[in-house]
Amino acid sequence: MNLRLPKITFWRAVFAAILLSGLYATYLRVFYGLGGSTNLSDRFPWGIWIAFDVMCGVGLAAGGFTLVAIVHIFAIERYKPVLRPAILTAFLGYLLVVVGLLYDLGRPDRLWHPLVMWNPHSVMFEVAWCVTLYTTVLFLEFLPVVFEKFGLHKPMEWIHRISVPLMILGVLLSTLHQSSLGSLFLIVPEKLYPLWYSPILPLLFYVSAIAVGLAMTIFESWHSSRAFGRALELPLLASLARVLAVVLSVYLWIRILDLTHRQAWSLLLLNRSETWLFALEMALTLVPTVLLYQARVRMDPGKLYACAVMVVFGFIANRLNVGTTGLEAGSGTHYIPRWSEVAVTLSIVASGFAIFRLIAGYFPIFEAHSAEGAAAPRELEAKEEDPVSVG
Amino acid sequence: MPRAILYDSTLCIGCKACEGACAERWGLPYDDKIAAEERISAHKLTAIETHGDRFSRRLCMNCVQPACASVCPVGALQKTTLGPVVYDAEKCMGCRYCMQACPFQVPSYEWSSRLPRMRKCDMCYARQSQGKLTACAEACPTGATKNGDRDELIAEAARRIAQKPGQYYNRIYGLKEVGGTSVLYLSAVPFEQIGLRTHVPQEPLPETTWRVLELLPDVVSTGSVLLGGIWWITNRREEVARQEGAPKHAGRPPGASKNTPRLEGAPSQPAREEGKHP
Ligand code: SF4
Ligand code: SF4
Ligand code: SF4
Repeated sequence: MNLRLPKITFWRAVFAAILLSGLYATYLRVFYGLGGSTNLSDRFPWGIWIAFDVMCGVGLAAGGFTLVAIVHIFAIERYKPVLRPAILTAFLGYLLVVVGLLYDLGRPDRLWHPLVMWNPHSVMFEVAWCVTLYTTVLFLEFLPVVFEKFGLHKPMEWIHRISVPLMILGVLLSTLHQSSLGSLFLIVPEKLYPLWYSPILPLLFYVSAIAVGLAMTIFESWHSSRAFGRALELPLLASLARVLAVVLSVYLWIRILDLTHRQAWSLLLLNRSETWLFALEMALTLVPTVLLYQARVRMDPGKLYACAVMVVFGFIANRLNVGTTGLEAGSGTHYIPRWSEVAVTLSIVASGFAIFRLIAGYFPIFEAHSAEGAAAPRELEAKEEDPVSVG
Repeated sequence: MPRAILYDSTLCIGCKACEGACAERWGLPYDDKIAAEERISAHKLTAIETHGDRFSRRLCMNCVQPACASVCPVGALQKTTLGPVVYDAEKCMGCRYCMQACPFQVPSYEWSSRLPRMRKCDMCYARQSQGKLTACAEACPTGATKNGDRDELIAEAARRIAQKPGQYYNRIYGLKEVGGTSVLYLSAVPFEQIGLRTHVPQEPLPETTWRVLELLPDVVSTGSVLLGGIWWITNRREEVARQEGAPKHAGRPPGASKNTPRLEGAPSQPAREEGKHP
């Protein structure tokens, strides 16, 4: 989506085609219901609108809370340049999750029902409240950018006064929300394939969300540096990648322990599609983990980017496995999304990219970032920053 | 004294009178084509299945501790003390979590409707609360479907097995499955041979999520104290550093971020000005 190159026209055409197909799919969804726009059935009630739009959307937005925690609560200030993009990603991510929900709910006009009709025993109830509250928190966390742009000092001060409780609330809500998406599937022990069903699903979802939040931060810094012609904050990202490698290792280790304790390894001997999907998911997590431990991979923009992409895809594979493919055998049915489901999903993703670009072009999202890059580019290039040099 | 239904597959002759009565009760269309469908759906809340020369019946199990009611975010599904699990379409937002959670794949959805509802058998709650039998039990000509008090029906089922041990598979389905159901089955053959799910857990499913959900207050309170504490420690350190006039991050590589601590990622003034120079 670079404005100065001729291939942009190509990307714009793709973008337009996606949005047009999404528009037609929306028409089908509105006038012919879920039956006319999805391949869902009584035996397979959730498809990619839940497994991708909601479950991946929320996870990919996890960079927001991870970086708020790192920068403001643990006071590791050097990561500040990537904080704003992460908050913006999270805010947009959550808004798009709500859009996805409007497509998926049978009665989108009743989206607000969980706020007034309570059932605290329901994980979905917890999810609904977390989405609502955390989107509000993200909005408030993003407001200073708007105030700064228009030079509004009074409201800026006001928001700074509540910012500490706000940040803590945001991290807590994210913790609950990321893990509760895993808890959603605790109720289907006999349906979800045992390679994925685990009593610690909430923990696995939480840790993998932190990892993908970091990976997304690297991913979008790389893209925005190209789109806005900024220097890549390589040393900063490389040190973030170091954190990412550790989080991924923790995740893999918990996963191994979990499979061992549940004696699920022998399932890998079966030649089933689940085995291969599991292997794919694991490879996409394991390979970047190993690679990111090597300094020459972390300090090479292309390789670093490739690793971040692998982590993101490994994460998506995991969520899709838990949310769709892992449930097929237990539900006694097959599910392949209809084109209209894919079209809506792609449109949501494409709009996310476009809106991010628009906002980043208009508001001071990367300003702190480029200023520092200009301050001492040479030294920065030479040396990876130490992630834990603070105090 | 919760109510229940006892379905004795050995007595069922597959006449489908229960299907017709159920359709009439709900005001749903019923003809030969629908009668031939062997699957419950949004327009057919109970179905007779053929398994060789045996019959089986599908309907909502009206579980003692229903997964569907525990997962419904808006409380549209409720377990009544009478036994039936009832549904309030006015509350339902259509998230379909009940369908995902039900271990028996019972709830059906009005997929092609623009204002869809979830549909399932509610063990004729309206009829039973007036002291009447469920429509299907009333219609059954052979007594294969019997409606009554759950404990009495369990006793009766045990009696039938004891009296004719050769005719029955020696178990009652629904006694322990997912912590007990209000629909009980008797069969001549192991239950999986008449299409029942035998690998469902023996514990009530709502436990699986409640184990995590009940930790919520602990996570929130511990988390706030912990995060607040960490913030206080790290910021206190910065305060001290500022008071002593020492550089905040001594020993950092040259050119690293020198932002003064400010909230919300606002870029610091000096850094901005530096950026203006070529
Ligand atoms: S059988 Fe399914 S729908 Fe019926 S009460 Fe049990 S969990 Fe709910
Ligand atoms: S589809 Fe309706 S009844 Fe089922 S869980 Fe969702 S809100 Fe509740
Ligand atoms: S109990 Fe009532 S609703 Fe349920 S299958 Fe029988 S007639 Fe239908």
